[in-house]
Amino acid sequence: MPSHILSAYDEDLKYLNRRISEMGGLAEQMCGDAVRALVNSDGALAQKVISDDVILDHAEREIQEKAIVTIAKRQPMAADLREIIGTLRIAADLERVGDLGKNTAKRVIAVQGTGVPRKLARGLEHLSELALVQLKEVLDVFSSRSVQKAEAIRQRDEEIDAMYTSLFRELLTYMMEDPRNITSCTHLLFCAKNIERIGDHATNIAETIYYIATGAQPEGERPKDDTSNTLGAVAE
Amino acid sequence: MNMMSEAAVEKALDQKMNDVSYKMVGKDVSVYYGEKRALFDVNLNVRENTVTALIGPSGCGKSTFLRCLNRMNDTIESCRVTGRITLDTDDIYDPSIDVVELRARVGMVFQKPNPFPKSIYENIAYGPRIHGLARNKADMDQIVEASLQRAGLWNEAKDRLQESGTGLSGGQQQRLCIARAIAVSPEVILMDEPCSALDPIATAKVEELIHELRSNYTIVIVTHSMQQAARVSQRTAMFHLGQLVEENDTDKMFTNPDDQRTQDYIMGRFG
Repeated sequence: MPSHILSAYDEDLKYLNRRISEMGGLAEQMCGDAVRALVNSDGALAQKVISDDVILDHAEREIQEKAIVTIAKRQPMAADLREIIGTLRIAADLERVGDLGKNTAKRVIAVQGTGVPRKLARGLEHLSELALVQLKEVLDVFSSRSVQKAEAIRQRDEEIDAMYTSLFRELLTYMMEDPRNITSCTHLLFCAKNIERIGDHATNIAETIYYIATGAQPEGERPKDDTSNTLGAVAE
Repeated sequence: MNMMSEAAVEKALDQKMNDVSYKMVGKDVSVYYGEKRALFDVNLNVRENTVTALIGPSGCGKSTFLRCLNRMNDTIESCRVTGRITLDTDDIYDPSIDVVELRARVGMVFQKPNPFPKSIYENIAYGPRIHGLARNKADMDQIVEASLQRAGLWNEAKDRLQESGTGLSGGQQQRLCIARAIAVSPEVILMDEPCSALDPIATAKVEELIHELRSNYTIVIVTHSMQQAARVSQRTAMFHLGQLVEENDTDKMFTNPDDQRTQDYIMGRFG
């Protein structure tokens, strides 16, 4: 796209893009660290994730303020307007991703010393790998603005949902085997849910990028494979 | 309340979509100033009771097209218009058309307010008088008041009707010119950058007026302010280098236009 006649306008948009990339990088790191802290029972790392969330919240507020000032000053139209509104939405999604990482980190302290079973830890790690790949790729797409890739990411959320459902099942089994597992397993279940939601936010971001690029909403329902909400029946 | 089924709503919408009536139709309109061609085969239809905004960079032909709609270009000697423009079903370039009568049906408001150097009352009364629209003084008083009311100028002008129109402020003068255009009961009002010489408050008043006039008149407005086009119009046409680039719903035009040139122009990017 050609540059603006007013170069300061381009600077405003570049600033917003740069801040989103920074937020994305931090959110990604926080989520990775949170799961690592959980698997390794690393309280110090968990504490770092919790304190990083403040930075992310602050970044979101700065993006909001800049976006509002830009709208007021430049009166953006068409693709520029979609870009700024999209930026606001993506910043909100990333802020939520940070919250989910923080929430996972908080549970590290609760499950410390209970000895998370190796198999479950691997399951969680795998789930978080999937979610983090989604997040990383969607941030790359934010830079490249590739409509095809944005759509591809949206299609892949299914994998995370399926993985989450199987973890849910496993956790239920552990709880039934020994009621003493219930406390830690419930925490792990929340962690798994947090990670699954990170995938959802990555999908939201993919949809926002699609909208910024095309001016249309992606067609069709997003694919879902989270069947955990009907799993109670299986456990009876 | 009656709940319409989805199918019924869609059908109603469809009908509404197809039920577009065009007040003016321009077909293959080209304009030459001597050797120089200013417009290239423009096909643009003006919808009834709708505000249509013409936008585009300077020299793109938007004002030229606007001036074709009431044959204002006739006053320029070297100017030649080809193609066909109809008002309802009448070909406005047909030799049998009385240009004075045409301009009563298609009124115009210019960039700079240009009241006659006469009283406010006379500014309004002049048109109806030469077109024989008033039988007596009471009739004329009524037309003057109604026109000023519609133009939102009555309260400010009612106590000074005999004072000169040129003594009003710029914004008031422009609304006086709009009142003067309305006084002869036109069907279409053409506006050539009507707010470019006005401050934001006077601009807002004129825009509010355009919004109100829309229910009774068909309005075509040329504007350099994209925000103004977005605010006042329902349809927008984009001109570039003498060609009509795109004509679309205003809402679509300013959020997701089809043409790259429109996109670059409204976003203020190098084309």
